Amino acid sequence: MKYLGIEPQKPKIAVFDFTGCEGCQLQLLNKEETLADFLSAVEIVCFREASSLCSDDYDIAIVEGAVSRNDEVKRLEKIRETAKVVVALGSCACFGGVNRLKNEFDLKAANKEVYGKDPKETINVRPVKDIIPVDIEIPGCPVSKAEVESLICHVVWDSPFQLPVYPVCVECKQRFTTCLFDIGQMCLGPITRAGCNAPCPAGGIGCWGCRGPAVEPNYKSFFAIVKEKGFSDIELKERLNFFGAFGEVNVS
Amino acid sequence: MKININVDVHHLTRVEGHGNIKIQVKDGEIKEARWDIVETPRFFEVMFKNKHYTTIGILAARICGICSISHCLCSIRATENAFKVTIPETAAKLRLLAKHGETLQSHLLHVLFLAAPDFFNEPSVLPLIEKKPEVIAIAARLKGLSNRLCDTVAGRTTHPVAFQVGGVTMVPQKRHLLGLRDELKRSLDDLQIVADLFSSFTLPNFIRETEFVSLKGEKEYPFIGGSLISSDGVEQKEQDYRPMTNEYVDKNNTSKWSKLSRESYAVGALARFNNNAQLIHPKAAEVAAKLGLKPVCHNPFMNNVAQLVECVHVVHEAIRLIDELVESDPGETMAKVTPKAGEGVGAVEAPRGILFHHYKYDKTGRILKANCVVPTTQNNANIHHDMKSLVNKFGLTKEMTDEKLELLCSMLVRSYDPCISCSVH
Repeated sequence: MKYLGIEPQKPKIAVFDFTGCEGCQLQLLNKEETLADFLSAVEIVCFREASSLCSDDYDIAIVEGAVSRNDEVKRLEKIRETAKVVVALGSCACFGGVNRLKNEFDLKAANKEVYGKDPKETINVRPVKDIIPVDIEIPGCPVSKAEVESLICHVVWDSPFQLPVYPVCVECKQRFTTCLFDIGQMCLGPITRAGCNAPCPAGGIGCWGCRGPAVEPNYKSFFAIVKEKGFSDIELKERLNFFGAFGEVNVS
Repeated sequence: MKININVDVHHLTRVEGHGNIKIQVKDGEIKEARWDIVETPRFFEVMFKNKHYTTIGILAARICGICSISHCLCSIRATENAFKVTIPETAAKLRLLAKHGETLQSHLLHVLFLAAPDFFNEPSVLPLIEKKPEVIAIAARLKGLSNRLCDTVAGRTTHPVAFQVGGVTMVPQKRHLLGLRDELKRSLDDLQIVADLFSSFTLPNFIRETEFVSLKGEKEYPFIGGSLISSDGVEQKEQDYRPMTNEYVDKNNTSKWSKLSRESYAVGALARFNNNAQLIHPKAAEVAAKLGLKPVCHNPFMNNVAQLVECVHVVHEAIRLIDELVESDPGETMAKVTPKAGEGVGAVEAPRGILFHHYKYDKTGRILKANCVVPTTQNNANIHHDMKSLVNKFGLTKEMTDEKLELLCSMLVRSYDPCISCSVH
């Protein structure tokens, strides 16, 4: 694919998976209408879920999933040594994701409940940035393929890459979704970063904050509205904890 | 000449999740032939505890990025059975339509993107973009359609947003459904070309007599709920899944193993077909006949073919469901839900096989205890035993090399379309 008659440099990309559902990797193979262009703009040198070839020579490491075992820590450190750019792909890589709910339980007891007398190795779930420096984060459960494409354009052609700074509410207004608070439901849309095109409020389950906080969210007003609409602190905390993306927010 | 073979595959490629193959043949004798799951456990059954029923379906979807619709539907069915909720007819039809979209999407991803490269002697689908552009164009077209079907009905393909305990929260517009109907009709020609392509492939001639477990169809080929059946003649009710699955922990695997009448059993498209072939759509039956798939088929490599046959089935069934949906008034799509203390089991045929969620609730609608039995969990022991038998049949000849046996064993595992992160939920 030439640009102004010049063949662009193809970045060498490696995709790695850690603890998670692998749904974000799957998005890389979606958006079929632009899939061929996407794949021809890059050189995929390692992508275990899609290819049997794997090379240690890569520029960009796309890392999916959280960390929940010590061997994953070692794998990440090696990836950081090799890659010029490390991208955390999806809510598990960026925040720990739903896996983080495990941390609220005693791991020994949890292990006994699932595996009985043959416990398996596990540690508290951590996001990638807790282990190695991360250059770019693409949050979402799952990620938006459009944002991944935008990242590739940024690397190949230096076009700007910027996640939206505004909250999900803006996207609900754009698609004429009735505000969930108006029909008596909780929604984290007012404080969560947009970019997903707000499918969850449109589907009727409200926003669960998988993309993390928008830039400078007005927590104080949001919490006041949640209280005014009659939701308890427990309901609010449970929702903020769901993807582990609002870790440092204090509800009360 | 004495035969010595070593295969050591760390993190098998083109499967979802992390598993290892280890084979050692020394002086013509099999010392070791193993398939082991090393995926990191996530402890979903523990994470479910104390969560409110309105949250569970959303969390359950996150068990798997490929079959999230199945996990969500199975989860809310378990809760509906616990609360004794009957969902409205339109909601049931929309859930099944989304389920068909997922089956199509998941099977196509496996058959064309993950399994097919082996038959073209390529390491991945990527070189095929240049070498077989016509196949890739069809693959992209079909997968795009299945994703749009899921997006339209479930709100999103990966991690659906339209399903809640009691019914569905979103009804697609008729014009969108009719647009999909046209595309589905046209996709049948593409599927025919894929079937012709598969009839040109040679699948390994490997038979190991196996017990197959699936839902038992009554009037229709089964996908959501109903009684359980095995090809060895065992039948159980949906809520009695435990004596059907008999999970146990293996010390080398983070996935549990299962057994029923034999040392292991298989689930998935081949199991569904073997147990319910008489109920498959006549056009899908034609494809099965053409590709040499007859019940009861004991060749695990034929699971690829069974998936293709099911693709034809679900396209025809999706067209029928859309016809019914656009001809009738949707009416209510959510039933009233009142949480109560009690237990419920949901069984759903995920693309890779039968899936169970089992919850125990307190009277406020929060979970006290949860258990999930996942398709690949049930297949792992069977893959392990198949592999020994495969090495025994093909691995002990003079012509066999490390590379050839590695490919053959990798193809065996891929035939099951394992969803490993799912199996270690």
